[in-house]
Amino acid sequence: MEKFVKFDGIVAPLDRANVDTDLIIPKQFLKSIKRTGFGPNLFDELRYLDEGQPGQDCSQRPLNPEFVLNKPRYKGASVLLARRNFGCGSSREHAPWALTDFGFKTVLAPSFADIFFNNSFKNGLLPIVLSEETIDELFRAVEANEGYQLTVDLASQQIIKPDGSTIAFEVDPFRKHCLLEGLDDIGLTLQDAELIKEYEAKRRETAPWLFDAIK
Amino acid sequence: MAGKTLYDKLWDAHIVKQREDGTALIYIDRQLLHEVTSPQAFEGLRLAGRKPWRLDANIATPDHNVPTTDRSGPIEDEVSRIQVQTLDDNCDEFGILEFKMNDSRQGIVHVMGPEQGATLPGMTIVCGDSHTATHGAFGALAHGIGTSEVEHVLATQCLIQKKMKSMLIKVDGELAAGVTAKDVVLAIIAKIGTAGGTGYAIEFGGSVMQGLSMEGRMTVCNMAIEAGARSGMVAVDDKTIEYFRGRPFAPTGANWDKAVEYWRTLHSDADAEFDVVLELDGSAIKPQVSWGTSPEMVVAIDEALPDPDQEADPVKAEGMRRAYQYMGLKPGITMGEVVPDRVFIGSCTNSRIEDLRAAAEVAKGRKVSDKVKQAMVVPGSGLVKQQAEEEGLDKIFIEAGFEWREPGCSMCLAMNADRLGEGEHCASTSNRNFEGRQGYGGRTHLVSPAMAAAAAVAGRFIDVRELA
Ligand code: SF4
Repeated sequence: MEKFVKFDGIVAPLDRANVDTDLIIPKQFLKSIKRTGFGPNLFDELRYLDEGQPGQDCSQRPLNPEFVLNKPRYKGASVLLARRNFGCGSSREHAPWALTDFGFKTVLAPSFADIFFNNSFKNGLLPIVLSEETIDELFRAVEANEGYQLTVDLASQQIIKPDGSTIAFEVDPFRKHCLLEGLDDIGLTLQDAELIKEYEAKRRETAPWLFDAIK
Repeated sequence: MAGKTLYDKLWDAHIVKQREDGTALIYIDRQLLHEVTSPQAFEGLRLAGRKPWRLDANIATPDHNVPTTDRSGPIEDEVSRIQVQTLDDNCDEFGILEFKMNDSRQGIVHVMGPEQGATLPGMTIVCGDSHTATHGAFGALAHGIGTSEVEHVLATQCLIQKKMKSMLIKVDGELAAGVTAKDVVLAIIAKIGTAGGTGYAIEFGGSVMQGLSMEGRMTVCNMAIEAGARSGMVAVDDKTIEYFRGRPFAPTGANWDKAVEYWRTLHSDADAEFDVVLELDGSAIKPQVSWGTSPEMVVAIDEALPDPDQEADPVKAEGMRRAYQYMGLKPGITMGEVVPDRVFIGSCTNSRIEDLRAAAEVAKGRKVSDKVKQAMVVPGSGLVKQQAEEEGLDKIFIEAGFEWREPGCSMCLAMNADRLGEGEHCASTSNRNFEGRQGYGGRTHLVSPAMAAAAAVAGRFIDVRELA
């Protein structure tokens, strides 16, 4: 995983609550056996006027001009401003893959669904929880100012607005560390391999039926 | 000191290492694998030169992409075929037991796991699928994970987790005739909302939950995720234990006795404290139908659809307006005015034998209305299908004009050929009514199996009790 560095990005506002993972990346694209290439199908049903098929050349498809990501002013956006319960629904990691493949580095929302929240960190996408009021204010600011940008600084846990004022945010220290260092969770866990083996040996004694039944 | 909740007990029993930052390394007893969320995980293992930590902790079956029609030839859709083939190849290469497409034990992972005894009380169970909460019905700690975590569990048999908060949802009273587990869980979601359980592990209790069969408890836990909770669970009782007697992977002999002794401890202590306790009167629950595009947009069958103008929360009101537009419905009407173009009985929520029996009871001696283009029944597994056929349920369905299909996820998410056309309404026993979930532009209405069958024969949504 790449290290998460401080960046400035254009903010795109997605003004609806309960954006589910089916909406972020519809199921027909889940048939891929790869981790990349989902960006062109991000929000497929909102973004295009026709029904998308896997493997299709999306540059030839009719765009929905009303959809926020199709508006020229949000071109190149890397900050997604969203409403509550973002990422609800299925556990598909294709949702963060599609968001990052499109170019998003962070999503700001009043709340996130648990699995999506968790999956994001594993893929270098930073979900930031802000109060409803702060989110409302940001929606107004983005609406009023074309080219509105924010600076996201994970190290200091701050979002810096164009006028220099800041919004502090919370992030779990372990997840922050992993993002900043671009660490692979598996490698970290395997450092505890001995502990896992000890646990397993004990469990084999107390609950032998959990072992060797399936072969 | 207060006693422990069921969740506390399951959590404590699986801590490998408590970290200072509040997270813990949690041991995973069982991982269920299917074709959609595993290919990238196996690929990750290969790229890093890693092997699965423990083969006997894993079991796989393809479910999302498999056709539910004739399976004698290869899968027609090339992309689906490659995905299923990739699962087969990965399981063969790494040595993981898989029930392949034409094995009678193949089925939806969440139906197959318990049926085989691959799910057991007291386990931690994960799967790259959000409906893994289903397995909590057996007093297990089960939750859905993403593909990176699938890889993590394959490689380490552990997950890094933070303990969730605890919620007890108590449903007391007695269910009225015709009201099922599905109606109970839809009523719960309507009450607490799709984010009501976010951050919580939910225990479902009360006399209604105790009265439900294991199938019914699975239906309720299955949809915990629709209330935002990654895990739902129910305490172990005699029914739970009896369910596992004789299942292929369940313990036998002395191990059985030892296991049962442990399983009997899997309930919340009387003095356990929950972060939140919610109570519902089960006697007041009527058959439920979802009208909108979120599982919280639910009404009782005789209730008028809500008016967004009366909704105080502007974000919610906006969501309702959008849902009305998408669904082509109006506030104030009742669901009795809506004609289902298609009817789908299946999915990991409602495709077990009891669900099929309930639907068959309604279908028996009746005919699917000619207003309905298609009504299909998709059993949850090959074994459910076999049993249903032994009981003659297939004949009842076929005589009534339903299609009798091969097991899989099917129209629950329409990754195979089974799907809704644009603008079509569907009476569906599945769990999600999101935009496009059952097909591009499709309009899903979540109901119980009996209510779905009733809608099929009546040609409109109807209180199943009116048919009696
Ligand atoms: S039946 Fe539906 S919800 Fe269940 S695992 Fe399959 S696709 Fe997911």
